[in-house]
Amino acid sequence: MTHATATADLMRPPFPAEPGAGVYSNKLGMWVFLASDVMFFTALIGTYIILRFGVSEPWAQPGTVLNVPLTAFNTFLLICSSVSMVKAYAAIADGKKYFLRTIPGTTRRDGGLKFWLLVTMICGAAFVGVQVYEYIKLVGHGFTPAGYREGSLLAEHAAADAVRYGAATAGLYGSTFFSMTGFHGFHVTCGVISMTYLYFTKVLPEKYSSQDYRGIEVIGLYWHFVDLVWIILFTIVYLI
Amino acid sequence: MTSVAATAPAHGAHHAPLGFWRKYVFSTDHKIIGIQFLFVSLFFLLVGGLLAMQMRWQLGFPGTPMPGGGLLPESRASGGVILPEYYIELVTMHGTFMVFFAIMPLLVGVYANFLIPLKIGAHDMAFPRVNMASFWTALLAGLIMLASFFVPEGAGRAGWTMYAPLSARPDLSGVTLGQILWCISIVVLGLSSVMGSVNYITTIINHRAPGMTWFRMPLSVWALFITAILGVLALPVLQGAAILLLFDQTIGTHFFDPVAGGQALLWQHLFWFFGHPEVYILILPAMGMVSDMIANGSRKPIFGYHSMVFAIIGIGFLGWIVWGHHMFMSGMNPTLGSSFMISTLVIAVPSAVKVFNWMGTMWRGNLRFHVPMLNAVAFVAMFTIGGLSGVFMAATPVDMQIHDTYFIVAHIHYVLFGGSLFALFGAITYWYPKMFGRLMSEPLGKVHFWLTFLFYNLTFFPMHVIGMGGQMRRLYDPTQYDFLKPQQPMNEFISYSAFLLFAVQILFVVNFLWNLKQGKKAGLNPWEDNGLEWSLPSPAPHGNWERPPTVYRGPYEFSAPEAGNRDYLPQHEKLPTDREPASATAPAAGH
Repeated sequence: MTHATATADLMRPPFPAEPGAGVYSNKLGMWVFLASDVMFFTALIGTYIILRFGVSEPWAQPGTVLNVPLTAFNTFLLICSSVSMVKAYAAIADGKKYFLRTIPGTTRRDGGLKFWLLVTMICGAAFVGVQVYEYIKLVGHGFTPAGYREGSLLAEHAAADAVRYGAATAGLYGSTFFSMTGFHGFHVTCGVISMTYLYFTKVLPEKYSSQDYRGIEVIGLYWHFVDLVWIILFTIVYLI
Repeated sequence: MTSVAATAPAHGAHHAPLGFWRKYVFSTDHKIIGIQFLFVSLFFLLVGGLLAMQMRWQLGFPGTPMPGGGLLPESRASGGVILPEYYIELVTMHGTFMVFFAIMPLLVGVYANFLIPLKIGAHDMAFPRVNMASFWTALLAGLIMLASFFVPEGAGRAGWTMYAPLSARPDLSGVTLGQILWCISIVVLGLSSVMGSVNYITTIINHRAPGMTWFRMPLSVWALFITAILGVLALPVLQGAAILLLFDQTIGTHFFDPVAGGQALLWQHLFWFFGHPEVYILILPAMGMVSDMIANGSRKPIFGYHSMVFAIIGIGFLGWIVWGHHMFMSGMNPTLGSSFMISTLVIAVPSAVKVFNWMGTMWRGNLRFHVPMLNAVAFVAMFTIGGLSGVFMAATPVDMQIHDTYFIVAHIHYVLFGGSLFALFGAITYWYPKMFGRLMSEPLGKVHFWLTFLFYNLTFFPMHVIGMGGQMRRLYDPTQYDFLKPQQPMNEFISYSAFLLFAVQILFVVNFLWNLKQGKKAGLNPWEDNGLEWSLPSPAPHGNWERPPTVYRGPYEFSAPEAGNRDYLPQHEKLPTDREPASATAPAAGH
């Protein structure tokens, strides 16, 4: 700890100062930003709720248009990435900067920051990849932001079974589905890009230590938030 | 412990000299960024004013060629006569520029940036580079909005509130690209606002100097703090709404188009859920700065400091639950309407608390009517008129009569021009020495103030009358209705007053620009004020303080007996009786 006393501890609030929020500024700033992001998603989700429950015609039933098992797998991927993010955070808090290291006296290997952040990045990128694949499939079937494309497979289904496929509300369904999941995907993409940037500029050069790992904690906050939003979106868009 | 304290100043002071580009253009210094915002938003204020002048020509003299109208393309003014399509473009863009690119950046962009670190004793913002990005994105947004004039079909035509489905469907508004650019510009501006607000909130919470407790903060900082909270929560909603509108315009979604199952009213709810907090974003910083100027001009402590703070917080909170009062006539559920009416009327209470406190501050004060004080007093008077006419329209039965008339136009200009802009004229004069090291001319400032005050009232007060006479807002030609024809002389009168009002702003421009280089050099503390910023040289250096100042008292200790011969007692001056503030202990290890 001699090193820690020789420099200002950056994991703490700026000092000297009046008692602030009790956390360093980057973390506080991220919390405030997340509050604003909550309001952004509130606008999107609120729009969805008002439009969906404001129409008298039936909405497409779950599982008719969207591929729920595929997205359930995607949800699992994103939750896994949250777990690996916690592991990355815990690793650097303990000072484990390495990739993998064999635990002395055993054959088991222990992951460090470099390993767990990479896992998080891969899971996040895979999530975006699966979402892009899903979009391509959906548009191929005729599900677009404007509704079911004329002459497409889905338009035929909807003509045959207007209730199950929500033929009258397809336009609103497409509008809300693509805007909500699209902006979530955009957030995941931003997160993966930020983590990649940190990985090459800070993690690989081993700039983080058990004394200062602010970047990991702050990006972790963002990542868990994005994960939480997805769990809400998955429930209200895919499952009900 | 000691080693922590010893290394702490290193992250603020001792800035290396920077080249021209880093110092004045891509600057991370909060003061330079504030000044950049000042020049850019004054430019947009001028643009908005020019648009208003063209509107006033059309309203005063409908059907006659506008001087200089020949310069406009035939698609906008035929033979110099403004066409209806161009008129609605003027209405839309005047509102948009004034609200989003003039008043809002003038209050928040300029003064939150410039004042917060100076007044709380910080070296800079918590995130200086984010701050720089916030300025450049705001400029980008403004340029996108400006560009929409020059695209085919011209700028947006759905009013600054962009009501759907007019805004959502190009076949209704006749504009495709202009409406799209409006949405894009607003999304970019929202980004800038959020970056700015995150910075202001974090800086105020975490970067106050020792001794600068919450209740020793100047009211301007309190107001900017609450404004930043409103900004961080309100702007994303507008951003979301603008993105959905953009999707309606471009990729064929149906959020706001009732023909395809969407809800036009949804846009109004989203817009005003942002829009009403926005109203307080546009007035709270003005209230805060006016409090500072009035205490200074009265040489008395501000009356009811704590009640002022709680009034700001109260207004900030109530601002979230009143948006429906913009929609009484929209077909919204009337029961919902009455609850919005009550919550709106409640806002009059904290607003009145503030007005009475300002009067209580001036009461029996040793008044100094310098230019900032004159403008601040005008703010109180004009805000009172605007606030009272606001109570009229908060009452649903009255609003049904005056909704969408010039009464509303008069109201918004009484709070936005009479309120915010007068406060800004005061604030610009007041903090000009700290920005540029020189004083603005006092006699010229007084002439500008009195002429502006006169012509401002001659312009906007009669609008109450013609509004109650039934003249609709956004009306292209008042003479097209017989029942409005008797009011036409009044419209002409308003137009003449408005032209004069615009003309006397030349005095302000001259006063502002001339004194940048020629003004009288200002000392440290030309207004004899208590704020921390007045302990710095004018202009203040990059990094502000070598060592963070220590604060011993609140900002309004005027005419305190213990100050001796002076009638002010700066926050950072230590009297023999003052104790050092308890140093903030570093938090225990762990998280």
